[in-house]
Amino acid sequence: MDQDAGPVVRPYAMTQGRVAPSGGDFDLVAFVVATVPDLAPGVQLQPEHHAIVAAAWEPISVVELASQLDLSIGVVRVLLGDLRSAGLISLYEPPAATQPHDVDVLKAVVNGLRAL
Amino acid sequence: MDSVRSDRNGGSRIPVALKILIAGGFGVGKTTMVGSVSEIRPLQTEEILTGAEGADDVSGVEGKTTTTVTMDFGRITITEDLQLYLFGTPGQDRFWFLWDELSQGALGAVVLADTRRLADCFPSIDYFEQRGTPFVVAVNCFDAEPRFGPDAVARALDLDPGVPVVLFDARDQVAARNVLIELVEYVARRQYAGASA
Repeated sequence: MDQDAGPVVRPYAMTQGRVAPSGGDFDLVAFVVATVPDLAPGVQLQPEHHAIVAAAWEPISVVELASQLDLSIGVVRVLLGDLRSAGLISLYEPPAATQPHDVDVLKAVVNGLRAL
Repeated sequence: MDSVRSDRNGGSRIPVALKILIAGGFGVGKTTMVGSVSEIRPLQTEEILTGAEGADDVSGVEGKTTTTVTMDFGRITITEDLQLYLFGTPGQDRFWFLWDELSQGALGAVVLADTRRLADCFPSIDYFEQRGTPFVVAVNCFDAEPRFGPDAVARALDLDPGVPVVLFDARDQVAARNVLIELVEYVARRQYAGASA
């Protein structure tokens, strides 16, 4: 399998080797919203940062960002940390994991699945 | 949509995403199932090898500090505010660390089983039982194969009473969807039982 050989560019090259986002981690299903429509040219950020901001104009989850931009989750998290530090995104954490799932939500899921 | 964009800064609602894990042994039909019910896409989740886990023998490749894992990722949009994410979990044991993150706050899991190699799904079942993650067992019925009934499978897997076992064809969209419905209804039943106990 080609994928076994790993990516052509080392994934963390685009984060300058940083593997942990600044200011804490991002849940896979946390939602991200850009606070500006696009970054002003000249801001010291990489194309991938711009791509994230553009994709996050409407709320988008961390995992969806990674999939859509074809970047690994770990890399997306570091880049999101940069954007958060710069005040360019807002982060919305999912409800606490210990909370039971809302019965109405479960019903909505079943109804939604039936309608597929 | 323009309307959504103009709404946005007026406080558009943040959707809720629920996670469902699709687990099971290698080649049992995880990718097929995710693809049957959702628009499937690859997801890269390369991780750092810390050397502390002791899972990987890195002798000879000591310079390699990351390992790339590609997972299947599928999304089902229930409503504008509610999304269902399916994750086809990587089968190898050394990726348990990924499972930990995926199962955190997950709605539940589907453990796919193949009755020709039932033991392949033992690790998944052990994992979810230990974590208390609700799961259903879905037997992927391949063509021209002797079939066992759900009860026989439940006994063979020594499942706790009440854990649903369903027979299905992972290629069939309706059948795969019904497995997900079975899981969500089971989660609701468990929750109800827990609340009234």
